[in-house]
Amino acid sequence: MKELFGIMLAALLTDNFVLSKFMGICPFLGVSKKASSSLGMGVAVTFVMVCAAIVTYPIYYLILIPLNITYLRTIAFILIIALFVQLVEIALKKLMPPLYNTLGVYLPLITTNCAVLGLTILNIDNELSFIQSVVNALFSGLGFMAVLLIFSGVRSKVETADVPETFKGVPATLIAAAILSLSFLGFSGLGN
Amino acid sequence: MNNIKEFTKGLIKENPTLVGLLGMCPTLAITTTVANAIGMGLATTFVLIGSNIVISLLKNIIPKSVKLPCYIVIIAGFVTLIEMLMKGYIPSLYKSLGTFLSLITVNCIILGRAEVFACKNKVLPSILDALGMGLGFTMALTIMASVREIFGTGSWFGIKIPHLESMTIFILPAGGFFVLGCVIAFVNRLSNKKPPENIGCSGCPSNGSCHSCGKEGGNV
Repeated sequence: MKELFGIMLAALLTDNFVLSKFMGICPFLGVSKKASSSLGMGVAVTFVMVCAAIVTYPIYYLILIPLNITYLRTIAFILIIALFVQLVEIALKKLMPPLYNTLGVYLPLITTNCAVLGLTILNIDNELSFIQSVVNALFSGLGFMAVLLIFSGVRSKVETADVPETFKGVPATLIAAAILSLSFLGFSGLGN
Repeated sequence: MNNIKEFTKGLIKENPTLVGLLGMCPTLAITTTVANAIGMGLATTFVLIGSNIVISLLKNIIPKSVKLPCYIVIIAGFVTLIEMLMKGYIPSLYKSLGTFLSLITVNCIILGRAEVFACKNKVLPSILDALGMGLGFTMALTIMASVREIFGTGSWFGIKIPHLESMTIFILPAGGFFVLGCVIAFVNRLSNKKPPENIGCSGCPSNGSCHSCGKEGGNV
């Protein structure tokens, strides 16, 4: 139980995917302009992360290891994620049209989001158990969403701020991200 | 003549990292030392050349409706190849790049070049395009890593620079964002161009192929 709590804290704050592992930077910079789209992207990523963790675990330990083809890990995982994203998209479209209308646009972007592939690979590399992998996935997704939401607030201030001509746009956004990352540094050591 | 242009455009004018703002994750994550940056840049260049060759050869065979999964599998194949080669020959680099070596698969520069260039052009221009883009990426990574390593650890390429205090903040994640912001601003200043307003879908290579663009996602 104590171990699980440590994983939760690390995934959510100290080892945050965006601000300390640098995964999923593209959606972080691209979709964090409005709070509503940040929330949509966050929920979609969390959902796909949890599903991917659930599916990749048995595939790695029950198929790749017994057949001694672990070197095919990257190919297998990215295929599963691509397939899964398609599947979720089709299922949502048929079963829950209102949810599809809000999340649908973010789903195709997730296939190439390195946070999802990164999470599945890190789960294997860190030799987490099945329960730990799923918990790690859930809280990593929530951490991703939290940072996106916080940053959308920061960004709305940066947009109206008076910054030097050369720094307008992307450079100013990146500097703001640096300050946000610095504040998350304050959480380090929390797990111990 | 035209072919030379395909090569040089990636170096400065259409530099994938500093002008196109693609492949941000490795740019921020592995640029703490120059050696890592060059290793990552060359590994990506290798994958880029391989995938561009295969995709431009198969461009008439791959059906349009499943082209994205096909491209990803081709790219993942080359990533696995470089992973095995690096594990065998340069294990220290393999260890320090870690997960990010596998994550070359989802680097948007590679998918972007496949989508924008290789699927419409012959093999030779595709190779030159890949080489230019790859070296442009390597160059951008090296610049970033030089700044971070010199200020962060007081050395360059592992060689200690005398009389230089190290500021650890530069090799922390926060320093990565800060240096990238400054480098992009500096490049904008040099090229006398207005900085790009947003990174949204407009700059995304899969613009047009993924259905989220054009709809609400166009400029979220």
